[in-house]
Amino acid sequence: MDVSTQAIQMKGMEKWYGSYHALRGINLEVSRGERVVVCGPSGSGKSTLIQCINALERHEGGNLTVNGVELNNDIRSVEEIRRETGMVFQHFNLFPHLTVLENCTLAPIWVKRIRRAEAEDIAMHYLKRVKIPEHANKYPGQLSGGQQQRVAIARALCMNPSIMLFDEPTSALDPEMVKEVLDTMASLAGDGMTMVCVTHEMGFARHVADRVVFMDEGQIVEINTPDQFFSRPQHDRTRAFLEKIL
Amino acid sequence: MFKAFWFNRRLRSYALQVLLVGAFLSGCIWLFINAQQNLAARGITAGFQFFGQPARFPISESVIDYTPEDSFGHAFKVGLVNTLFIASIVIVAATVLGLGLALARRSAHPLLKGCASTYIEVARNIPLVVQLLFWYSLVTINLPTAREALTPIPQVFLTLRGLFFPKLELSGEISLLWWAVLASITLVTLAFIVQKRERIVEGKAPPFIRISMIVSGGLLLLAWLVGGVSARWDVPKLEGFNFVGGSALTPEFLSLMVGLVIYSTAFDGEVIRSGIDSVAKGQWEAGEALGLSKGKILQLIVFPQSLRVIIPPMTSQYLSITKNTTLALAVGYPDIAFVVATTINQTGQAVEGILILMTVFLSISLAISIFMNWYNRRISSI
Amino acid sequence: MNSEANFVTLHPMDVRKPPLLRRSVLRDLFSSAGSSVATVLLAAVFLYALPKAINWVFISSVWPGGSGELCRATNGACWAFLWDKLRQILFGIYPPSEQWRPITVTILILVMGLVTLPPRYWRRWLLGLWLSGFVVSIILMRGGAMGLAYVPTTDWGGLPVTLLLAICSLGMGFPCAVALALGRRAEAPAVRYLCITIIEVVRGVPLVSLLFVASILLPLMLPQGMSIDKLLRAGIALTIFSAAYLAEIIRGGLQSLPKGQVEAAKALSLSWAQTILLIILPQAIRSVIPPLTNTAIVLIKNTSLVLIVGLYDLLSSARAALTDPNWPTPYTETYLFIAGIYFVICFGLSRYSNWIEMMLRARNGR
Repeated sequence: MDVSTQAIQMKGMEKWYGSYHALRGINLEVSRGERVVVCGPSGSGKSTLIQCINALERHEGGNLTVNGVELNNDIRSVEEIRRETGMVFQHFNLFPHLTVLENCTLAPIWVKRIRRAEAEDIAMHYLKRVKIPEHANKYPGQLSGGQQQRVAIARALCMNPSIMLFDEPTSALDPEMVKEVLDTMASLAGDGMTMVCVTHEMGFARHVADRVVFMDEGQIVEINTPDQFFSRPQHDRTRAFLEKIL
Repeated sequence: MFKAFWFNRRLRSYALQVLLVGAFLSGCIWLFINAQQNLAARGITAGFQFFGQPARFPISESVIDYTPEDSFGHAFKVGLVNTLFIASIVIVAATVLGLGLALARRSAHPLLKGCASTYIEVARNIPLVVQLLFWYSLVTINLPTAREALTPIPQVFLTLRGLFFPKLELSGEISLLWWAVLASITLVTLAFIVQKRERIVEGKAPPFIRISMIVSGGLLLLAWLVGGVSARWDVPKLEGFNFVGGSALTPEFLSLMVGLVIYSTAFDGEVIRSGIDSVAKGQWEAGEALGLSKGKILQLIVFPQSLRVIIPPMTSQYLSITKNTTLALAVGYPDIAFVVATTINQTGQAVEGILILMTVFLSISLAISIFMNWYNRRISSI
Repeated sequence: MNSEANFVTLHPMDVRKPPLLRRSVLRDLFSSAGSSVATVLLAAVFLYALPKAINWVFISSVWPGGSGELCRATNGACWAFLWDKLRQILFGIYPPSEQWRPITVTILILVMGLVTLPPRYWRRWLLGLWLSGFVVSIILMRGGAMGLAYVPTTDWGGLPVTLLLAICSLGMGFPCAVALALGRRAEAPAVRYLCITIIEVVRGVPLVSLLFVASILLPLMLPQGMSIDKLLRAGIALTIFSAAYLAEIIRGGLQSLPKGQVEAAKALSLSWAQTILLIILPQAIRSVIPPLTNTAIVLIKNTSLVLIVGLYDLLSSARAALTDPNWPTPYTETYLFIAGIYFVICFGLSRYSNWIEMMLRARNGR
């Protein structure tokens, strides 16, 4: 495959936590503009997988390449990869001592050294995109869970990443707020953003994903298009998993 | 090539660590070399040889015997025993009184609660040195002279030279007697434990306590007679301007003890009180619903649970009390810090002296840390 | 409509006032046999002690303007001594002609302290204010510049020395404490063990021994010809002491910070230094403000220990004043006065700490 169209490339990636083998020989390629959903039972390693992509966890075997940059012991590789990726966490991880606007402008001002006024313009643009510009001067504690997660999405977008990583973005939300976040993510996908999303929301996978990856016990068990994945699962474990959640 | 080195995550971490340790060690070595040069210039030999030499300075009071002809090593021992002696007394007194203070502060009685709160605020917001000097001034200036001594209890005299009280002098084969005392204490304690357990398990228990007391009495009498022990009260008598005979507590000791107890009780009381307060209110409610009195609830239900919250800060309080005894320097009580300071004055062996002082306290604090870790592991497994 | 089986209310009830309070203080005082005994005992103690205290403080006492002979003649309090020696107690043996300088320094520090109290002033300029205020204070006390006469530190004494030592140990100790706390949680083992050792050693030894190290050992460990001012040595000892204790408190704050904050900062490409300064420290410190103020109180009290190494702060200046043979050494009155000054400062700080704790809890509680 031509490297220039590959956003993420994992070859034989391994990870241990102590003696526990969390990721076993992961081989995955994500093309630019592709939307990939990763699902699987708890403990299957899907969060570990996505956290290895932007080096929040360090992989211990095999190769990982993001946008042509290989992730190794060189600190510069980590910095470059983190500039290209944006991450949205299960528990939002907004900075509680800063306002919504300050949350979004912090990284552009201090990392990209953009002027404050310009950073605020960018931030307001993305806050409008996630449909909460009126809360710009509030503190995270004053917003609902769904609003906080949308702020988190805007915050990640303000750094202009080419790849967005979502680590179970709706798992910590009350049911009535899940839809607003999923709609935001779907509109992002509609704009052509490369996305890797760990989620249990199968409706989202069916309608938005280009491919669905099923993981179990640290291994990738099955990868397929959503149609094929949900109607004709090929592995026993996939079938067992789908039976439990659908 | 340097760039590859600098930006490599692991190599950078190693390099910085090596640099840090190197800087720290070279700093220490530089200080050490300077110290050697300066000491040599003053003709002072490093090392602990001076331990064997006679100390030649007086120590005004000590638990173990001491004369100025004794060695420096013995003087340090005396100081250490003095420190531990007063620390133990203060720790026990402050804990017991602290419990009473905690209960007073939690009571509904407005006068009691108000007095307790005021006492705590005053004792905690004034430096310990000021309090010690205050008590020392009271004891040495405002107490009467020997001729007009205060006599709160007959034969006990309170003057500005100290507190004098009768001493019990035993002669004869007293070692037998001490063994008998030890055996009696062990017997009676065992009897208490066993009888209580038997009563809870079986409902009724044979009168172990009574039996043990009779046996102990017999043991003591036997030891007394066999050893040919005779006792005599050595009563302090006024001769001239001072008292002679009996036992005495110096004003330095008295003021240090009173000051430390008053200061530490305030802190200990707050630790105990916050421990009792930390137990969920539902525990009190459950106990009352079962018909237990407030006292019994405290004793059987709340207090054992509060121990978990009390013991960690309490042990650091005990360490604090031990460290605070070094303020004996301000009132002149000869604790280990005083002995070290005097030794440094006399011999110039500053490094060795301060090293001893710090090692003593580090050992005590290490012992307390080990105990704390053991205790934490024990309760977290429950 | 309303039968025995069901009920629906027809009219809303009026709001009424509660009955008058049946409790009273007297009932609490005599609620049980035990309390009654306690009340009687305490009342007896008060009735015995109070007239004696009033007599000593007000009636038999010698008021300002009196002399040593008058004090010797009476058994009441000798307030005249305090008035006569006030300058020496508060400012030590600082040259009387330059008295305005320590007075200015004391007022400056008190004003800076008052400005720091309201949380809405906690901005970056406050740090600048304290820094410049500290430098100005040192220059004012020391002189030798800007036309001020030079006054060596051996002549400094009293309240300014106490306040300057407290500010120095807190101000310089805090950055060291942050470094120690961060180092104690570092992944690199050399850094971690070095910080643990420093913290545990300093916390395990009495402050007296640290003062000994600074005032006796430090001159020995410096090369010939290099010397450090005696007051500065005590300041260094107090700084090391406060750094170790503050480090433990800050470490508690760091531990209570959710791990996700660091992850989010990393995902946003913030550097290690930016993460610490912008995300970790503001939150960690804010969460431990009550224990921090308590430690500040402890450190202010600890400045009184410099008495042991022969420096003149508020306490030892007072003791020096007591050696005047014209007066009958009124220890009790002097110590009460000193205790009063410390009490006002420390009690005030502890009330402030309670107020801050309540305010922060109200602001953060959701």
